[in-house]
Amino acid sequence: MSELNARNLTLAYESATIITDLTVTVPLGAVTALVGPNGCGKSTLLRGISRLLKPRTGAVTLSAQDIWKLPTKELAKRLGILPQGPVAPEGLTVHELVAQGRYPHQSWFQQWSAEDERVTRDALEITGIVEFADRPVDTLSGGQRQRAWIAMTLAQDSEVILLDEPTTFLDLAYQIDVLDLLHDLNRSRGKTIVMVLHDLNHACRYADHLIAVKNGQIVAEGKPDEVVNESLVREVFGLECHVMPDPITATPMVIPIGRAHKSVQQPAAFAEMSI
Amino acid sequence: MAAKHLQEHPQPAWITFRLRRIPFSYRIDRRAPLVALIIVLFTVGTLIVSVSYGEYNIPPVEVVRTVLNANIDHPDYENFRLVVHTFRLPRIVLAFLVGAALAVSGALMQGITRNALADPYLLGVSGGAALTAVTLIVWLKTIPISTLPFAAFAGALLAAGAIYLFAWKNGSSTPIRLILIGIAIESIVGAFTTVMLLFGDITDVQQAYVWLMGSVYGRNWEHVHALGAWLLVLLPVAFLLARQLNTLNLGEDTAKGLGLRVERQRGLLMIVSVALAAAAVSVAGTIGFVGLVAPHITRRLVGPSHEGLLPICALFGGALVVLADLIGRWAIAPSELPVGIVTAMIGAPYFLFLLYRSRIR
Repeated sequence: MSELNARNLTLAYESATIITDLTVTVPLGAVTALVGPNGCGKSTLLRGISRLLKPRTGAVTLSAQDIWKLPTKELAKRLGILPQGPVAPEGLTVHELVAQGRYPHQSWFQQWSAEDERVTRDALEITGIVEFADRPVDTLSGGQRQRAWIAMTLAQDSEVILLDEPTTFLDLAYQIDVLDLLHDLNRSRGKTIVMVLHDLNHACRYADHLIAVKNGQIVAEGKPDEVVNESLVREVFGLECHVMPDPITATPMVIPIGRAHKSVQQPAAFAEMSI
Repeated sequence: MAAKHLQEHPQPAWITFRLRRIPFSYRIDRRAPLVALIIVLFTVGTLIVSVSYGEYNIPPVEVVRTVLNANIDHPDYENFRLVVHTFRLPRIVLAFLVGAALAVSGALMQGITRNALADPYLLGVSGGAALTAVTLIVWLKTIPISTLPFAAFAGALLAAGAIYLFAWKNGSSTPIRLILIGIAIESIVGAFTTVMLLFGDITDVQQAYVWLMGSVYGRNWEHVHALGAWLLVLLPVAFLLARQLNTLNLGEDTAKGLGLRVERQRGLLMIVSVALAAAAVSVAGTIGFVGLVAPHITRRLVGPSHEGLLPICALFGGALVVLADLIGRWAIAPSELPVGIVTAMIGAPYFLFLLYRSRIR
């Protein structure tokens, strides 16, 4: 069973229970996006399947192995997580940050093996940040910094990479840059990517598998083409919209209707767009 | 984004030690060895000057020869030996060890809390030791003063333990809870200490204040051996935990994602940090600023990676206190400023400098 599976999961913080008795399967080798409104529990779900948050009930298994029963370093070799808005220590260089990704592969004796060095350089090259290697992480732009953090999880060499809102504070060009990179990592290196995304259109474009969450429940899951339609958007986000194929990728594109309209001739504008 | 060939990649900014037959490898920042050498040379120089200086001046050359026992035929040999071996060398060596202990303790605390303003006394070490010491000096005067280091050490550990326990909730003691409860306990303990100072006999209170400021006056080889024994155990442990500290410094979630057992490592590091601070405080009183300033400056010299930071920090902290002790003995000679006052006078301008620099950015 090559899947990341959560069964009967109940996740709660001190004050509130966010998710109750949830069961979900994440396919390995694919890009999965978790979407939903703020506070729906998508980040909590990600933390639950990554061992950052201990479930009150239920179990999470990776290829049929309970992740809470694995030694932490063993799990780290197979599952990596990039939390939201990570902050690097002041003065830490990109190379040093990426090298940190090798932690689960190291020990008292083997603190920096030839393999560690090779994998780290590899990660720097794939993410295209070799030229910044000796610069402190905090001097980079948002997009470059995010690439450095992704390079770190790459150096970790895990088959699954979980990302909590990797694009949320980035400029649009960098958002696409990061998403393209993650997509490449999946297609060329077979990494399983699971990411919480804020932008539904990005999710439709880049995900093979979409999971829509509302109020701690999964409302829909499946391929974006099959799952994303006007009634889903209405139900999950409370938004009236029109869904049509993206002119570039043919994946579903959500166009909000809203109230403020510049011109009344919407139907004609749609008709003019020939695909 | 053209893929660059491996050979064009710039050299990493660290030195790697690797053995061929046995799988062993270690790396350290490239700047570390040179900085270490410079600090060691500076410390040895300051040490010789410091031993040489005093009411009874000994030429620096004779200082070296006395330590090496190479001047037995010198007419003043007996005096030299007395001054060097009994009076000056122990206090100066102790100053170095205290500085090293406080600097590493501070570096550990800053790494654990991810806060550059943390110092070794964050977890109540200074409050607990101060309360115990003042109690012994001002109140329970029948207890011999020789028990003071042990009592202060115990007081420091008790306070730290209390703070850790109060901050424990749901299986973890997060840095923010520790800091807040640490502040609360320090306030309470400080209040008790102040009350005792208010109602104590004036000569006892003066003695207590000297202890509180931090001083190496009148310290002998017993103190050196006691602290040295602690450092022999604690410093290697601290240095070996450098990698864990690096990972912890990336943030709790990221560290867990990398497979670090955060609670266990944080607890271990805290024990080492508190033990180092308590050991230093028990023999020299609560010397301030070293634990805060030394890691800061060392970080600017060799970067934040702890493999290089911790050892260099120890050297730098030691050098700082040796220098402070020399200044304290010279500034108002023949009287002496306790070394803690000198470190405060160095530390305060440093913070103003930091403030100035942060305005520019």
